[in-house]
Amino acid sequence: MGIALIVVIAIVAFMIIFVIGVYNGLITLRNRCDNAWAQVDVQLRRRYDLIPNLVETVKGYAKHEREVFQKVTEARAKAIDAGTVKEQGEAENMLSGALKSLFAVVENYPDLKANQNFLMLQEELAGTEGKIAYARQFYNDNVMKFNLKQQVFPSNIIANMFNFNEKEYFEIEEPEARRPVEVKF
Amino acid sequence: MYEQIASNKRKSFFLILFFLCLIFGLAWLFGQLTDWGPYGLILAVVIAVAMTFGSYYSSDKIVLAISRAKPVEKKDYPYLYNVVEGLAIAAGLPKPRCYIIDDTAPNAFASGRNPKNSVIVVTKGLLEKLNRAELEGVIAHEMAHIKNYDILVQTLAVVMVGVVALLSDWILRSFLWGGGRRRSGSKSGGNVGAIIVVVGLILAVFSPLIAQLIRLAVSRKREFLADANGAFLTRYPPGLASALKKLAADKEPLEAANKATAHLYIVNPLKDIKGTVNKLFSTHPPIEERVAALEKM
Repeated sequence: MGIALIVVIAIVAFMIIFVIGVYNGLITLRNRCDNAWAQVDVQLRRRYDLIPNLVETVKGYAKHEREVFQKVTEARAKAIDAGTVKEQGEAENMLSGALKSLFAVVENYPDLKANQNFLMLQEELAGTEGKIAYARQFYNDNVMKFNLKQQVFPSNIIANMFNFNEKEYFEIEEPEARRPVEVKF
Repeated sequence: MYEQIASNKRKSFFLILFFLCLIFGLAWLFGQLTDWGPYGLILAVVIAVAMTFGSYYSSDKIVLAISRAKPVEKKDYPYLYNVVEGLAIAAGLPKPRCYIIDDTAPNAFASGRNPKNSVIVVTKGLLEKLNRAELEGVIAHEMAHIKNYDILVQTLAVVMVGVVALLSDWILRSFLWGGGRRRSGSKSGGNVGAIIVVVGLILAVFSPLIAQLIRLAVSRKREFLADANGAFLTRYPPGLASALKKLAADKEPLEAANKATAHLYIVNPLKDIKGTVNKLFSTHPPIEERVAALEKM
C-alpha cells in the first residue's frame, strides 16, 4: 500500500515536471519566433521608408515613367497594410517586382545612375534587402524549431493541451543567385 | 555548437591560469634577481592579477591597436555596415562594431571577449577587391567565430602568448645584434643587462612551447568549422569559396600583422615567402582544402 502510493505520487510528480518543462520550452520558442518576426518587421519598415525617397530621386530625371512610379507606390501601400505573414510574403513579392521594373527604367538614364544621392539610396536599399533576407531566414529557422516541437511526440500532446498554434513561414521568392543550398556538417 | 562554446570558455580559463602562473613566475624571478625580497613576491602577485584582468577586459583593444585598426562610422562605410548588420541578424547576435585597417592587402578578423563586446576588422583592400557575395561570405565566417566564442580564445592567445613570444623575439634580437653597441654610460647597465639576458634566454627556451600553445589554442579545425557555420549563415558557400580563392591569389602581405596576430585573420596575412620560419606558425589550413570543403556543401 505504502509503496504503491509512493510510486503513484512519484509518477504524477514526474509528469507534472515534464509538462512544465515542455510548456516552458514551447513558450520560449514562441517568444523567439515573435522576436525574430520583429526583426523582419524592422527591416521591412526600413525599406518602406526608403522607397518614397527613391521614387522622388528617379522622378527628377525620368518624369514620364508615371506607370512605374504608380506601380511601386501601390505595391508599397499594399505591403504596409498586409496582415498575416502569408499576405506579407505575397505583398513583398509584388513590391520586389515593382522595384525591379523601376531599376530597369533607371538603366535608360545614365545621368541618374551617376547621381550621388541615387547611388546612396541604391546601396541602402540593397543593404536593407539583404537584411530582410537574413531576418527572414532567422525567423523561418525559429518557426521550424517551434513547429517541429509541436509535431513530435510527446511534446505534441502538451502543445495540443494548451492550444499552441503552428506559425507560418515567411516565404518570398529567392533571387536567382541565392537559392538556398543544403549545408552538411 | 554549444559544446564548442563550452570548450572555448574552458580553454580560455586555462589560458588565463597559465598566463597568471607565467607572469607570476617572471615577476618573482625579477624580485629574486634584484634583492627585493618579500616585496618582490607582493609585486609579482599584483602584476600577475592586474595583467590577467587587463588582458581579459582589454585584449581586444590591444589587438586593435597592434593591427592599427580604426573605428568607422556607418555614414562613411554604409556598404560594410549593411553587410555586417545583415549577418548579425542572420546569426541572431548583437551588431559588432566595425573597424578598418588602412592597407590594400585583403584580409579580415574578429575580436572581443563575447558577442556583446565584439568587433569585426576588415582591410580597405578587402572592401575594394571583393564583391558583395564574397564580402558576405567573409563577414559570415567572422560572425561564426564570434558566435562560437572563438574570438575570446584567439584574442587572449594573442595578448598572453603573443606578449611572451614577441618579448623573447625582441630580447634575443637585441642580444644577438646589439652586442657591439651596448651603452656603456649607464651605471646600472651591467646588472639590468644581465637580468634581461637571463630572462631572454628563459623566454627563448620557452618560445617553441609557446608557439605550440598558439597552435593548440587555435586549431585548424576551428577555421573549417567557421567556414561551415559561415556558409550556413549566408546559405551560399560559393561566396566564401570565391573570396578565399581571391585572398589566396593576392600575394601582398599585411604590414600590420605579425606572428602573434597572424592566427586571427581569415587567411594567413604573412604570405610566407618560400616559408620556413612561418611554417612553424602555420595556424591556417591550406586554402585549397577549405575551398574544396566549401564546394562540397
